[in-house]
Amino acid sequence: MATDTSTASSPSAAETPAAGRRRLPPELSILGVMIGMMLLFEVLGWLFVGQSFIANPLRLKIMILQESEIGIIAVGVTQTIIIAGIDLSSGSVVGMTAMISASLAQAADAPHAVYPALTGLNPIFPVAAGLLCGLLVGVVNGWLIAYTKIPPFIATLGMMVSARGVANWYTNGQPIGNLTDSFAEIGAGWWPVIIFLGVAFIFHIALRYTRYGKFTYAIGANPLAARVSGINVERHTVLVYMFAGLLSGLCGVVHTARAISGQAGVGMGFELDAIAAAVIGGTSLSGGVGRMTGTVIGAIILGILTSGFTFLNVDAHYQEIIKGGVIIAAVVADQYRQRRRKSV
Amino acid sequence: MATISPSTAEIVRQSGVVPGAEYLLEVSDVRKAFPGVLALDDVSFRLKRGHVHALMGENGAGKSTLMKIIAGIYTPDSGSFKLKGQEIKLTSPLDALQYGIAMIHQELNLMNSMTVAENIWIRREPLNSLGFVRHEEMRRRTKALFERLDIPLDPDAEVRDLSVANRQMIEIAKAVSYDSDVLIMDEPTSALTEREVEHLFKIIRTLKAQGKGIIYITHKMNELFEIADEVSVFRDGRFVGEHAAADVTRDEIIHLMVGREITQMFPKETAPIGDVALSVRDLGLEGKFRGISFDLRKGEILGFSGLVGSGRSNVAETLFGVTPATSGEILIDGKQIAIRNPGVAMDAGMAFLTEDRKESGCFLLLDIMANMQMALLREGYATAGFVKERVIEALCLQQKNRLRIRTPDLEEPIINLSGGNQQKVLIARWLMIKPRILILDEPTRGIDVGAKAEIHKLISELAGQGVAVLMISSELPEVLGMSDRILVMHEGRMTGIVDRKDATQVRIMELASQ
Repeated sequence: MATDTSTASSPSAAETPAAGRRRLPPELSILGVMIGMMLLFEVLGWLFVGQSFIANPLRLKIMILQESEIGIIAVGVTQTIIIAGIDLSSGSVVGMTAMISASLAQAADAPHAVYPALTGLNPIFPVAAGLLCGLLVGVVNGWLIAYTKIPPFIATLGMMVSARGVANWYTNGQPIGNLTDSFAEIGAGWWPVIIFLGVAFIFHIALRYTRYGKFTYAIGANPLAARVSGINVERHTVLVYMFAGLLSGLCGVVHTARAISGQAGVGMGFELDAIAAAVIGGTSLSGGVGRMTGTVIGAIILGILTSGFTFLNVDAHYQEIIKGGVIIAAVVADQYRQRRRKSV
Repeated sequence: MATISPSTAEIVRQSGVVPGAEYLLEVSDVRKAFPGVLALDDVSFRLKRGHVHALMGENGAGKSTLMKIIAGIYTPDSGSFKLKGQEIKLTSPLDALQYGIAMIHQELNLMNSMTVAENIWIRREPLNSLGFVRHEEMRRRTKALFERLDIPLDPDAEVRDLSVANRQMIEIAKAVSYDSDVLIMDEPTSALTEREVEHLFKIIRTLKAQGKGIIYITHKMNELFEIADEVSVFRDGRFVGEHAAADVTRDEIIHLMVGREITQMFPKETAPIGDVALSVRDLGLEGKFRGISFDLRKGEILGFSGLVGSGRSNVAETLFGVTPATSGEILIDGKQIAIRNPGVAMDAGMAFLTEDRKESGCFLLLDIMANMQMALLREGYATAGFVKERVIEALCLQQKNRLRIRTPDLEEPIINLSGGNQQKVLIARWLMIKPRILILDEPTRGIDVGAKAEIHKLISELAGQGVAVLMISSELPEVLGMSDRILVMHEGRMTGIVDRKDATQVRIMELASQ
């Protein structure tokens, strides 16, 4: 019997030549794409514009700052995609939380303040209000998905429309200005970048080393098996969407502080950029696969594209067309990877 | 071989003379292998005009495979087909339909949001010269068809509003509408009430009178004697006998079905039987099973037997809280516990290896270690949420060595392992939480002989250590070899508990097909 079993299982060992060797992190390939893109723009830069793309700190700073806001949402959206969901509401939640936090961040001397009695507050209050509203929206999203079993696409699509409605209704579409300097500090200088990388790092650690992370991947990989393994799938789903909402709220706060005004239209289309960043970064839309490092690189790739094309004076419309192509290419690559995995 | 045109065939049929070919369908020496299994081993089968030919056999005996080959769903590795004496070759289900062979599947394939008529004539809608569907004509044809079969249904009803029985009737009408000569019915009564079964039999008799040949797969003895003219019995992918239903007895058929000797030993070491660990009282789940009562003692292996669909797995799922019970009670160590979800069951010391490795067992995208530790994680092993990787890795390695899981390292994706090793990883997942009650649903399905023996030995060892084991298996020798007692189920009810010393294959099959 002993010889019988060893021969029976030897083919499986032979099928996996990579076994035993150290596995390369999957982000390496997209990191390569990112570097390749930068080099491409560098070469094109010298050819067509006569200057360096990379050796321009200001351009890089602007690029990173722009992508940081998308990046903050993408950290949450990535997790919803890992559990085989999606969050379409994040852009609208940015708009909604932007209005709410701005209304509590107005300076004491602001004319026509939204809440004249609540001006000149410590920045803690607008920040807390923005985060809390984002979190609540996330809980509602998660609850709808986990307990009413409606598809995440529909639940968050509805929330996307409603949250934008709240943002517009809040001041009848009027922008909110005259924010306190202390609040504006949050969006000043490198802060958005630091916040982005900070939350990305926190959730990178959470996904890799905590029970929260292990359960997240498990639910995405096989919700039924997760349930049978004793994981409370519903509760965990709410938790993941809650974090996604919280991060959208954080983005709303950061954006408002950076722009020093609250506008109902901000964050329009952010959700799609965030999804794109996650997908370019290797997160699989069918769930169970994805890493924060990939999403960060994905966000930077999107930034490089925008920044590079602007640098080359490519028309904005062409930029969009090409950006769409890159997103599709990323999903095609994902499909290809999955097919290869299945054929093993 | 002379070709018979449909019109000639029709005239011959009406004249009442047995046509040139006595058999509607003759299948000879069909062989079909799937990776690792020889599903059909040189099987031959013949169907007479105007006869109902029943197919019987245990799960996995090869009945369904043969039917799928006849219906053009599978292509056989070798073998020949003759339809009305003519050699044919089937390459797709559409092919089979065009030759007049229609299969009515166990799971219904109707489009719920469409009407009855649309479902029946799909792909064959009567069209006008502009290519639009002639609904009136379609309705008329449906009505005519229903009249012929005595089906009292409205052609315009939406399928979603109909009962399962009525959907079954539509499937049959659809098959008949192809003017098929051969109709294959795969357990058509599994979802029908007695009255509906009567109606179905009436339809079958009508079809018989029209000269159709019907292949009827069933597990139910009484149906066999009521409707069938012939019966063929299959066992382990082989044809073991054909009889006229009139001159065969129930016992003879059961013997044919289980006739093999136990060729492999399933050693259950005698273990001291302790106190009652799990006590189930009149457990029920609406629409699935009811009235399940048994005691499971420490050190005991309780086998669960019954045909597929008898509700065995449903009971296991309910015990573990995957589908909480709607009636009855579950007592663990004498205390009543409301098992609302798997977490509650796990807290009470239960573990559950599910039937379907891919569906509800493995996290195929994740590596071995992630797969193994998933149940353990909720037991602690984390400080402030951070998983104690080192401790867990050591525990996983321990399991890997104990179960002899053949993998170079624990970071290997589980999808790269063989079925037997995947199963061992899943068993390890549950052993790591040190269960006191272990529920195993088909623990050795689809794995090679070596791994199977190892798993049997392990189960036996666990029982020896005082774990109470509940083992569901479709393999009779496995149940007979491993179990101290065997609970048999049939159509959601328990039909008996048999002690090891009284348990024989025939006894179990009798209870399972009551």
